[in-house]
Amino acid sequence: MGSTQRMSNGPNATASPWPGYLDLVQSASGLALGLFMWLHMFFVSSILLGKDAMWTVARLFEGYFFFGRPYPALVSLFVASILLLLMVHAATALRKFPANTRQYLDLWRHTRQLRHGDTSLWLLQVATGFLLFFMASVHLYLMLSHPEQIGPFASADRVWSGRMWPLYLLLLFAVEIHGAVGLYRLALKWGWFAGPDPATTRRRLRRAKWLTSVFFILLGLATLAAYMRIGIEHAPHAGQHYVPAWSGEIE
Amino acid sequence: MSRRLTFDIFRYNPNDPKSRPRTERFTLDETEGMTLFIALNQIRDEQAPSLAFDFVCRAGVCGSCGMLINGRPGLACRTLTAALPDTITLMPLPAFELIADLSVNTGKWMRGMSERLETWVHLEQAPEIDALELAMEPEQAEAIYELDRCIECGCCISACATARMHPEFAGAVGLNKIARFRADPRDRRADPDYYQLVGDDQGVFGCMGLLGCHDLCPKKLPLQTQIAHLRRGMLKSALGKS
Repeated sequence: MGSTQRMSNGPNATASPWPGYLDLVQSASGLALGLFMWLHMFFVSSILLGKDAMWTVARLFEGYFFFGRPYPALVSLFVASILLLLMVHAATALRKFPANTRQYLDLWRHTRQLRHGDTSLWLLQVATGFLLFFMASVHLYLMLSHPEQIGPFASADRVWSGRMWPLYLLLLFAVEIHGAVGLYRLALKWGWFAGPDPATTRRRLRRAKWLTSVFFILLGLATLAAYMRIGIEHAPHAGQHYVPAWSGEIE
Repeated sequence: MSRRLTFDIFRYNPNDPKSRPRTERFTLDETEGMTLFIALNQIRDEQAPSLAFDFVCRAGVCGSCGMLINGRPGLACRTLTAALPDTITLMPLPAFELIADLSVNTGKWMRGMSERLETWVHLEQAPEIDALELAMEPEQAEAIYELDRCIECGCCISACATARMHPEFAGAVGLNKIARFRADPRDRRADPDYYQLVGDDQGVFGCMGLLGCHDLCPKKLPLQTQIAHLRRGMLKSALGKS
């Protein structure tokens, strides 16, 4: 700051409400995406309960149990809204990214010098956020364009025969780290759960952040392994959809 | 048996054309209760008469002796060498204009911030200097005093990634000042007025919540909660709810 005076807000100027709006939109979109990713992991991990359980979850989102037949377009619609939310979050979060070489160098030196947990975590959040621009987009486009390809065999074939497992492995770590750190930071930024003893709250939030990251990464690894195992077994018949034992319907 | 301490100290005088940025090594025997302030004085007295560093109060009140101690901002007078390893690296606080060696011009930065954020009580009318001041509830006075304990040492700015990347950022010291005047019933300004000062990315919305400021504030100011409170207040202003 020093001797440099800000020019935008002189004594008679009216400050724009947009910085406030954008901060709110960044936080709200991050909150929605973070909570959605936890739900998403629970839905996807239904495969651990068996193929029928996953088949049921997949059909549920296609409206099968409401309309009597599946409408994959409903999934596309939902995926499109998630993609839009991701784009809004990315656009608003980009405001916080370093924007030039000097800023990147300053951030890197600062983080190394300071050895401060929350500062280092932010650097990790920037890195994982950057990776998610690309990795999440690939997955979302696949779901958007092929919503009917979600099921015990279809998903497993995509993971194994479609060679998506390396992407999903990286995506899992990036999402679960980025999401948990982001939600933790949201709580601190807005003073949620601060209570009479904010220091204790922060310690608990930090512990909750690590526990949720570890829990969802382990759940995700187990889920990915399950899809890979099914994908390997089903590889000779890749493309065939799963038919539940109790249903005459096909996937 | 006392330790032999090694100090790696940044040396550079921008006003001397012959000076080049470098690190110089000094050693001395640690004594009981030695602070960095004592060690630096001993080095200057016995080994490096030209070594520049700032201090006034020696008691963590003036905020002059802030520096990077093994990479982390802190006050030299409040840091015991016993709490540090055998080798101690001392650098000037980043984000401030360097005067020489470990001495930086925090005063210039703080003055710029104070003028920009108008960190003084804006009274409703000119004070009557002969009249008694209006009484204030003790709890309210204490709440204001709690935030007024800031000594403007600059540690929060040097501990802040946003301030390091964006020199225009008001930092925790500036946002804490606004929180202090917001709490003061004598100040006629309301949140829409404060929004004009800190309602942007150079103000409270630039804060990313990394809390280096909170964790490294030598005065242990409640910066985490104050900044969160201010952020909520400024958002309400942006939404036209205050």
